[in-house]
Amino acid sequence: MYLFQNEKSYGDRLLAEDDCGNKVSYEDLDSFAEELYGHTRGKTLIFILCENTIGSLMGYLGCLKTGVVPLMLEKQINQELLDRLINEYHPTFLYVPRDSLLKAKECEIVWETKGYYLCQRREKQSTSLYGELALLLTTSGSTGSPKLVRQSKGNMEANAESICNYLNIHEKERPVTTLPMNYTYGLSIINSHVKKGAALLLTTKSMVEQPFWDFVREKRATSFGGVPYTYQVLKRIGFLEMNLPDLKIMTQAGGKLSLNLHKEFASYAKDRGKQFVVMYGQTEATARMGYLPASKAIERCGSMGIAIPGGRFWLEDDKNEEITEPEIQGELVYQGENVALGYACCLDDLIKEDEWKGVLHTGDMAKRDSDGYYYITGRKKRFIKLFGNRVNLDEVERLLKDQFEGVDFACAGRDDSLKIYTDMRQEGLLKILDYFYEMTGINSRAVQIQHLDKIPKNEAGKTLYSEID
Amino acid sequence: MTNLEIYNRMFIRDLRVKEEDLPGLKYRGIRTWDSLGHMDLIADLEEKYDIHISTSDVMNFSSYEKGMEVLAKYGVII
Repeated sequence: MYLFQNEKSYGDRLLAEDDCGNKVSYEDLDSFAEELYGHTRGKTLIFILCENTIGSLMGYLGCLKTGVVPLMLEKQINQELLDRLINEYHPTFLYVPRDSLLKAKECEIVWETKGYYLCQRREKQSTSLYGELALLLTTSGSTGSPKLVRQSKGNMEANAESICNYLNIHEKERPVTTLPMNYTYGLSIINSHVKKGAALLLTTKSMVEQPFWDFVREKRATSFGGVPYTYQVLKRIGFLEMNLPDLKIMTQAGGKLSLNLHKEFASYAKDRGKQFVVMYGQTEATARMGYLPASKAIERCGSMGIAIPGGRFWLEDDKNEEITEPEIQGELVYQGENVALGYACCLDDLIKEDEWKGVLHTGDMAKRDSDGYYYITGRKKRFIKLFGNRVNLDEVERLLKDQFEGVDFACAGRDDSLKIYTDMRQEGLLKILDYFYEMTGINSRAVQIQHLDKIPKNEAGKTLYSEID
Repeated sequence: MTNLEIYNRMFIRDLRVKEEDLPGLKYRGIRTWDSLGHMDLIADLEEKYDIHISTSDVMNFSSYEKGMEVLAKYGVII
């Protein structure tokens, strides 16, 4: 079984249109996939440097249709981090846009299509991939960790089906891209709409550019998704006063939205006859796990909702026992067919089968009200979200320690605010910020750095975060 | 500080560019001038010059030079 096989019946229906007027149909995807297969010859590993363009979309969908396993990466990825991933996983092909061709080293171009190049790597390495493996995504892309999430065809199929069901997605929808294709939330929008034969509106423009809104109006976009920061920007640029009659659905995920913004956008949607849907998910669950039905957006403001169709939530205490009483905090656990197969940390892990067996301990702390709605209250694991992207604090420490030998670091913070503590002298601090930016591309406004004479440790040498943050 | 010095300083700080790179600099022409960098820059310019830039002007602010034209509308002559 391969993904997107039923979609043949969509024939000449529009699959995607970009902001330069280029169009592709579902039929075009079929012939693209066939040609791709001619070059790749079956199940193999490919790295896709993605952007919201037709070439990138066709590459992604073409791989899924033919069983080629892509690792999706942002096209701006730092070369050093890309090389690390290449050396770890030895992909057979790289699929890169024209302007990033220099990133494909030691390669032979075997196919040029739609602004993209399929490059075969000279290094010959036979890779064994688990038969059901369909897609790889980074857990924390920006810090260059080799840790990936392994998603199966069944995972993607189940999650897309469920999303279509609770958002009532149909063929007339026209979502506009606001999220990258290396991001599970962005992919879930693509997957669920392609499943229904809808048309995707692709743009590399951002919401702070007039051409983005011209495109949205002209092509009559019906929906978009955004992370919390997106909604802050939308508010600032006067979105709430814009007249967009065709826009019907706005979804939000990628971190907890502030209560005020949740309220504001929920009321806006209600007044204008639109839907605002707050959702909850992780790459480890092939995107979506929970959603707050639009009809409850005001009444249950601040909640991330209930489990998606086909899934189940419960809370566990620190002895891993289920909490049955309402209003008690515990770790959120999810069960469903969309829970991914497991992680991969090296090439040999790609042969592994299903390790998680449909159950995911999310690492998020939550409570449930007496009507069964869930509220995220905190996190068990050491990571924060910076503009919707997960950033593992331990990985940031590792990245910095690797670069600055002999210097100690401790990272802490909350969403959209990373704090780096270091024993490096004051004069060197800017160098750390520069390096961090160069590697991760994370906006330095979200990062604060502070000198400490010594990073506090316990006797075992573990950092005492409670004493610094 | 002159208005030009403030203007340049905000670009240099928020977008992490060098002064000599400023002429001709365009939105999305460099990695740092993305939507995040843009909103930071706008917020800082608003604060420094004590003005409120309208939605359409936030979007018109598409280059280093264009930004000067936008600010002129608010009485900030660079």
